[in-house]
Amino acid sequence: MHAYLKLDHIDKTFTRGNAVTDVLKDINLTIDKGEYVSIIGHSGCGKSTLLNIVAGLTTTTQGCVLLENREVNSPGPDRAVVFQNHSLLPWLTVYENVRLGVDKVFASSKTRAERHAWVMHNLNLVQMAHAKDKRPSEISGGMKQRVGIARALAMEPKVLLLDEPFGALDALTRAHLQDSVMALHQKLGNTILMITHDVDEAVLLSDRIVMMTNGPSARIGEVLDVPLARPRKRLELATSPTYIKCRQRVLEFLYERHRFVEAA
Amino acid sequence: MSMPAIKTEAAAAVPMAVPTAAAPVVTMTPKQAPRSEKYIKMARETAVRVVPPLVVVALLMLFWELVCRRTGSTLPPPSRVFKDTKELIFDPFFDRGGIDKGLFWHLSASLQRVALGYSIAAVIGIGLGTLVGQSVWAMRGLDPLFQVLRTIPPLAWLPLSLAAFRDGQPSAIFVIFITSVWPIIINTAVGIRNIPQDYRNVAAVVQLNPLEFFAKIMIPAAAPYIFTGLRIGIGLSWLAIVAAEMLIGGVGIGFFIWDAWNSSHISEIILALFYVGIIGFVLDRLIAGLARIVTRGTAMN
Repeated sequence: MHAYLKLDHIDKTFTRGNAVTDVLKDINLTIDKGEYVSIIGHSGCGKSTLLNIVAGLTTTTQGCVLLENREVNSPGPDRAVVFQNHSLLPWLTVYENVRLGVDKVFASSKTRAERHAWVMHNLNLVQMAHAKDKRPSEISGGMKQRVGIARALAMEPKVLLLDEPFGALDALTRAHLQDSVMALHQKLGNTILMITHDVDEAVLLSDRIVMMTNGPSARIGEVLDVPLARPRKRLELATSPTYIKCRQRVLEFLYERHRFVEAA
Repeated sequence: MSMPAIKTEAAAAVPMAVPTAAAPVVTMTPKQAPRSEKYIKMARETAVRVVPPLVVVALLMLFWELVCRRTGSTLPPPSRVFKDTKELIFDPFFDRGGIDKGLFWHLSASLQRVALGYSIAAVIGIGLGTLVGQSVWAMRGLDPLFQVLRTIPPLAWLPLSLAAFRDGQPSAIFVIFITSVWPIIINTAVGIRNIPQDYRNVAAVVQLNPLEFFAKIMIPAAAPYIFTGLRIGIGLSWLAIVAAEMLIGGVGIGFFIWDAWNSSHISEIILALFYVGIIGFVLDRLIAGLARIVTRGTAMN
């Protein structure tokens, strides 16, 4: 069986003048179709760099990213990104923001009317159809992130990349949006790679959690399977022994074996 | 967000408090306010803005009248200006051939030159600014040049352009162009350079081609900066045209002023200055208004 998404011996070095920094070292990871994988690690460990490499926004120094056995090294809608700070274009309405990607991806395969219907369909998926004519500055942070998710979903990506998608939200909004993402994953069966620094979020959402060691030269320290049945219910999980055990494992990794060291 | 929660809790705990708590909420919807009240409010707001400058202008006029009405004064008082220029004020459309025309024709000739020169400056300025903002090499090559050229006073270009074009009209337009193009270039370049990486990433993921990127990301993202440049540019071109026209002659408000000076019609100069000021103000407001319409969604959040 071949992997759907494969990160093959990825190294990343940043060079600034004479200073060379190893950011990522020998990252190997295979992700199956429909899988939800989270990457967790302390800040500065290079997890966002890793996501940018998969997205094609950053190049690798060594190694490559294979999607369905084909190398990908430039950005494209098959690996749509939900950015941490939503990155909606403020001069476009909610509808136009989603439409921008749809118009490019389905330029030849869908008619105008179909593209319109597809945009509305995706806005409905994230329950944002009611705000389609609003501008990003007129809606709340959680709503903006919903639109960001709709924009990414509407490109029908092979892999959906989430870059700390809930990081900038308050706890209640975050929980609500996490439930929405879980429901969408259940419904659409997307392959999702998510960057996070929230242990509960990682355990709640993922099939597997990839834990990264501290940088420089960060590598994959441990991969944890989360054998929790779906659909998952936040409240029931709080007392589930498996959940608690998984959570414990991640916490131990992050706070005992690879404690965050402040850069000198 | 916490305010309503507190209110409902209070209301639940003390049922008697409900009507009093609800009352201010009801009165907070001014949508149903009667129309006459709205007009009175609007009139009051307008008055607050219009009355103070009117008072100041009236006081200044009075001062000017008092200073200049005594005999032997070199400048005419406002009453005299009005009496001398009554014909020009009330009949701006007369045309007796040559340069003996009403002020409307002079002003419109000047405005046409500005419109042409400024439009060329806007197109070329935004184009070059985009290039300099986008390409590091273009910036390294062109920016020092721009920094030197932009300090050259508008009128210093006039003899050179007269030598090149051998005609007043294109020379004046060139002077307008060369005066207003620099702030447009520089501000556009800054705007392009300041486009957040996030927007570039979005464009990369969506795979916009360079032309789409220019139209859909660059121009809207840099619009606030571009309009700052355009606004400075329109002001400078209006400054330059009056000076340039004094030298090239022909129909135009600049030469009208110079001609009035040569004929010792001081009142006409004062009237012309008044018009120049008003039109400069209107041009500035026009660009500012356009900017507000175009960039209404671009405020950074």
